[in-house]
Amino acid sequence: MPLFERLYNFACWLTQDRHEAEDLVQETFAKALKGFSSFQPGTNFRAWIYKILRNTFLTSRTGLKAAGTEPLDLEGDEENLPQVNETPESILLQRSDWQLVQQALEQLPVAHREVLLLCEVEEMSYQEIAGTLAVPMGTVMSRLSRARSALRDAVRKLQQKPQGAASGD
Amino acid sequence: MVCENWTEKLDAYLDGELPAAEARALDEHLRGCASCAAESLSRVQQKRALQAAGQRFTPDPTFRARIQQSVAARQSVRWSRLWFPALATAAVLLIAALFPITLNRRSRGEQLLLSELADLHVATLASANPVDVVSTDRHTVKPWFAGKIPFTFNLPELQDSAFTLVGGKVSYLNQSPGAELIFRVRQHQISVFIFQERALGNIQVDDAVQSALSFNVRNWSHNGLAYFVIGDASPQDLDKLGELIKAAG
Repeated sequence: MPLFERLYNFACWLTQDRHEAEDLVQETFAKALKGFSSFQPGTNFRAWIYKILRNTFLTSRTGLKAAGTEPLDLEGDEENLPQVNETPESILLQRSDWQLVQQALEQLPVAHREVLLLCEVEEMSYQEIAGTLAVPMGTVMSRLSRARSALRDAVRKLQQKPQGAASGD
Repeated sequence: MVCENWTEKLDAYLDGELPAAEARALDEHLRGCASCAAESLSRVQQKRALQAAGQRFTPDPTFRARIQQSVAARQSVRWSRLWFPALATAAVLLIAALFPITLNRRSRGEQLLLSELADLHVATLASANPVDVVSTDRHTVKPWFAGKIPFTFNLPELQDSAFTLVGGKVSYLNQSPGAELIFRVRQHQISVFIFQERALGNIQVDDAVQSALSFNVRNWSHNGLAYFVIGDASPQDLDKLGELIKAAG
């Protein structure tokens, strides 16, 4: 996927609304053009433009609302990482479970959703993610770990729902 | 080291972020530890599932055009006013980020289409009943398709050529029915697919010999129908068969 489509996909996941995503992408491109002097040649262009998109989202109405309704203690201390106790067989995810995964991802707080998307879909390195989110590498790692187990939990809950509650295949 | 210490590093390992020495050590551990290996598999599955599920939204073409226009317009206005090297670079970078869109989309769509056709061809070769109408006679094969596909086509006269018609069957591409004709030249089997152009969506395939997954492909469009000749025969053979079919109109 070329960058424009990737940005749009990411914007849709953040805003969860196609119209807002379009506005967000458009504003991102406008800001990128206008503020290009803040881009330092030799640094990562992709991380730079994602950062603009993300900051634009966070200051938008939806972004502020999301920040306001989400728990602030997503980080916690790193010692306290959740333990993985379930049998791996029970949570094996197939690629075909994508609908389930999409539903689960929708339910996650923005902070978890975005770090998962940047890592898995955008395939950014930890360093790029750190640059995009403007947080230290250690935070990226702990947030990713939390986000992953939150996603696992959300998927498991959806799997346990009675048939018919989840959308069909 | 106890397993707990390893599982802590598993994410970084699978993300390719673990330093080489540690990655090697973890690699070694995974070979001998069933529970860590299973945990690792489960995480890989989650990564893959998320990778597929995350690519969900595609911008619609009107929005794409709007952005392209707005970037281009901004660029020309600013440039006419005063010339900023940084701005020029910005515009170039953004345009570069935008322009491959159509190119990549096309080549990606094209690739998918060709590999789909190659799959159909291979499935036919592998089948115990490769064709549904078995006949070397074009006057048998053509009428067989009547009522089965929403278009008609002409088959070439093969009398003085190296090709023989084996038969045909109905095939599907993007949920649209079309014809698959099987020809033989020496020991090679060649599939000729005929679909309505609209079955291809907006994918444009260059009119040239291409190879899809080691098969040769020849394709063209005529009267709203898209023709694909695919097989392991030489490009020259495909060209010849293509010319014969084109001549039949």
